[in-house]
Amino acid sequence: MLAVCTRGCSMQTIIHPDVQRLPHIDEAEKILRNCVHCGFCNAVCPTYQLLGDELDGPRGRIYLIKNLLETNDIDGESVEHLDRCLTCRACETTCPSGVQYGRLLDIGREVIATEHSSRRKPNPLPHLVRWVVPRSWLFDPLLRIGNVVRGFLPQVLSLKIPKIAAVNAHNKRSLKPESGTLSYNVVSNVTQRKVLVLSGCVQKSATPNVNRSLASLLASHDVAVEYLANEGCCGALDLHLSAHAKAKQRMRYLIDKMHESLSDYDAIISTASGCGVTIKEYPTILADDAAYLKKAEEVCGKVVDAVEYLAQFDFSSLSAKAIRVAVHTPCSLQHGQKMPTSLEDILNRAGVQLVATGEKHLCCGSAGSYSLLQPSIASALTARKLDNLQLDNPDVIVTANVGCQMQLSASAGIPVMHWLEFLAQHHDGLTK
Amino acid sequence: MIDVDSQKAFLKQLKAACRHVIADQARMKVYETDGLTAKKALPAYVALPETIEEIQACMRLCHAFQVPVVARGAGTGLSGGAMPHEQGLLLSLAKFNKILEVDVDNRLARVQPGVTNLSISDRVRPLGLYYAPDPSSQIACTIGGNVAENSGGVHCLKYGLTVHNVRHLTLVSPEGKLYELGGHGYDSAGFDLLALLHGSEGMLGIVVEVTVALLSVPEEVSVVLAGFDSTREASEAVGAIISGGLLPAGLEMMDQLAIQAAEDFVNVGYPRDAAALLLCELDGSAEEVQQQLQLLKQILTDAGATQIKVAATPQERHQLWLGRKTAFPAVGRLAPDYYCMDGTVPRKALPSVLEEISDLSKQFDLGVANVFHAGDGNLHPLILFDANKPGELDKAEAFGAQILELCIEKGGTITGEHGVGIEKIGQMCVQFTSQELSLFHGIKAAFDSTGILNPGKAVPTLSRCAEFGAMHVHRGDEKFPELERF
Repeated sequence: MLAVCTRGCSMQTIIHPDVQRLPHIDEAEKILRNCVHCGFCNAVCPTYQLLGDELDGPRGRIYLIKNLLETNDIDGESVEHLDRCLTCRACETTCPSGVQYGRLLDIGREVIATEHSSRRKPNPLPHLVRWVVPRSWLFDPLLRIGNVVRGFLPQVLSLKIPKIAAVNAHNKRSLKPESGTLSYNVVSNVTQRKVLVLSGCVQKSATPNVNRSLASLLASHDVAVEYLANEGCCGALDLHLSAHAKAKQRMRYLIDKMHESLSDYDAIISTASGCGVTIKEYPTILADDAAYLKKAEEVCGKVVDAVEYLAQFDFSSLSAKAIRVAVHTPCSLQHGQKMPTSLEDILNRAGVQLVATGEKHLCCGSAGSYSLLQPSIASALTARKLDNLQLDNPDVIVTANVGCQMQLSASAGIPVMHWLEFLAQHHDGLTK
Repeated sequence: MIDVDSQKAFLKQLKAACRHVIADQARMKVYETDGLTAKKALPAYVALPETIEEIQACMRLCHAFQVPVVARGAGTGLSGGAMPHEQGLLLSLAKFNKILEVDVDNRLARVQPGVTNLSISDRVRPLGLYYAPDPSSQIACTIGGNVAENSGGVHCLKYGLTVHNVRHLTLVSPEGKLYELGGHGYDSAGFDLLALLHGSEGMLGIVVEVTVALLSVPEEVSVVLAGFDSTREASEAVGAIISGGLLPAGLEMMDQLAIQAAEDFVNVGYPRDAAALLLCELDGSAEEVQQQLQLLKQILTDAGATQIKVAATPQERHQLWLGRKTAFPAVGRLAPDYYCMDGTVPRKALPSVLEEISDLSKQFDLGVANVFHAGDGNLHPLILFDANKPGELDKAEAFGAQILELCIEKGGTITGEHGVGIEKIGQMCVQFTSQELSLFHGIKAAFDSTGILNPGKAVPTLSRCAEFGAMHVHRGDEKFPELERF
């Protein structure tokens, strides 16, 4: 039955019987029932801003998914509109009805992948990305070769190769690199607090400074850092490229690894908010996996982003108060993990001079592997983001996720750093 | 209606005239409805032009083939004004999303029609300016749509509706010609066609450029909350404030059900024991606001306010407004569905209208929450129901219709700010006589002689009213007795 009403009246949904038996469909139906079609989401959606087409905004995509679940069919062009979503989840921050759009899209993409994969145009790129990136023995040398030959490539290609951040002298001197085995980098005693730090697959190769910076900042507050041996990938990459089975396999593997010595740690810290947002959602993603749900909940109870863990410490003795800093809070932190001001807050407390920026809610165009798969939208968003970040002439841009850092640094005229790198470089306590 | 061959020819030429055209059913489906999801129609074609030339070409083509055209902005309308026509073209203006010029000296902004209401204020706020009309959907609704519906908002009590804040429009006629309406001054020679265009719901032309007036951000703002033991006292206080010589920037009322819902949702410190509350915003220079504040407190006390709370800091003000602004979704949590009405009555009728709505609520056995722009008498009763219970939906609709007719009876009107669209077209027959409706049709014909612009919306045909009257005899008065019924 159709409801005659405006805001507050949801869209009635009649799920196709063949779809009803698929995983997570009850969850999708509940999410659909919350949407009242008010259109507030479109106003903050990056692709809607650029393309101005209802099909390329969250409200239209919700409609496409509703249609998919009701008819158990979707055409190729509609799939493209769904694939064009960055999953930045800015829409969730704005939605007055609490629609969990990210989950709905994920469920929709899984239905397409399992039931209607022939509707998607064949494209080897996603498979290649999924295969190469988590294999650091392959990704690492490829990235290094790319950085060497960058200068000889046409710009359209060179911008796609992530820059490896130069290891700063301070970190090189004082800290051991992350290694494949558990590595204690600070002399520990029995009562010392310990945290487990996740390496991340891209970050480990592209911005190895970040976790070293975290370790040095924590060392100044007497917290020891440990890493997992053979950590693997958190599954975010596979999840975003509709390889749900593989993603869940990686998730279970990482849950087991983290669960082994859970009680030893004060917290499990992710320094890449793009990984953190996925790990925090393990219990939702694995809701129908009885064997892993409890374990996932236990592990995720301890997983925090670095901004959350470091909020308890005082970093106010900065040597860099004259440096003007523009902050880009990654979508995975502000919209995904629902911490819109956490990064600015911690930097403000540390006494960092923050400059004004515009359109804070908009994605930088990185969005995991999106920049490789949708290059024209990604580069338009990057240009817009850089304009907004450089409104007030900053000296440096800081962010909290490896993807954003690489995407912005490829075309920014000024340095782009992870905030942990910035803080470690300028924290007086470390150089004493 | 055109035949199959003509449809093919039309589509081919449409694709030549406009770069972005959607004509497959699967994708057009997302365009089948606007903010009023109950009313749906699949369009025959969707065009997303990027230039005024493309719009003109589309209009020339539609005129030649006699294809109906429905213009659409952000699709946030609540009366179905942008619901597509099944044989027609849905013309989306969403790609026209640029602010073209900000003229600080003359305090004007020249913008494209697909620019959102809020983005104008966001852009000019660093200059100490803002655009006053602020519908609650201002984050998403477009200025073109605001013109079409003559949108209001919390601040329209003091600063007027869209019509009072627009200085100039560029319009494409159904024949594809470009017209300029208004000027940069307050008056221009001839009939005031600029005003006529406001609230015309896409039936007279396609707005392709809008010049809006900007105001200085006030030096001081203060928000006052007053609690009352009855809705009658609260609504009498509304009249007393205005007749006492105050013109608040905003004057809003919430009844007990709305207060409870808002408190449960956001917990901003509204008095849960109050039967009704008023939120009153004062703005101006610091001295002006202080003076108004003293007077306001006196009036509220005399009117029987049981408590008065003044928010001085921006945080406190934000808190007080937060409850009001989230009241709709908050009320939405009280029942599976709600039906949001929009009607206006003269301020002095507020006490009796609210009591009669409360009586109707008992009669229909459906809950109703009131959250509304009390200062300008613009009611938004939210009728609570459950669409999954057989018969409740019909009951809610009948209840809503009676509220609108009550508004007319009290000397008010069936729309405050949402427009008529398709939703309230029946009630238009109650509010206007056949002579008045004929006059509207005459004006429409002067702009759109063949009637291709948004047909079937806003102004009902006389035969439609005859049908409506046959279905719906109000208190024994048969409307349009001069028309034959079949």
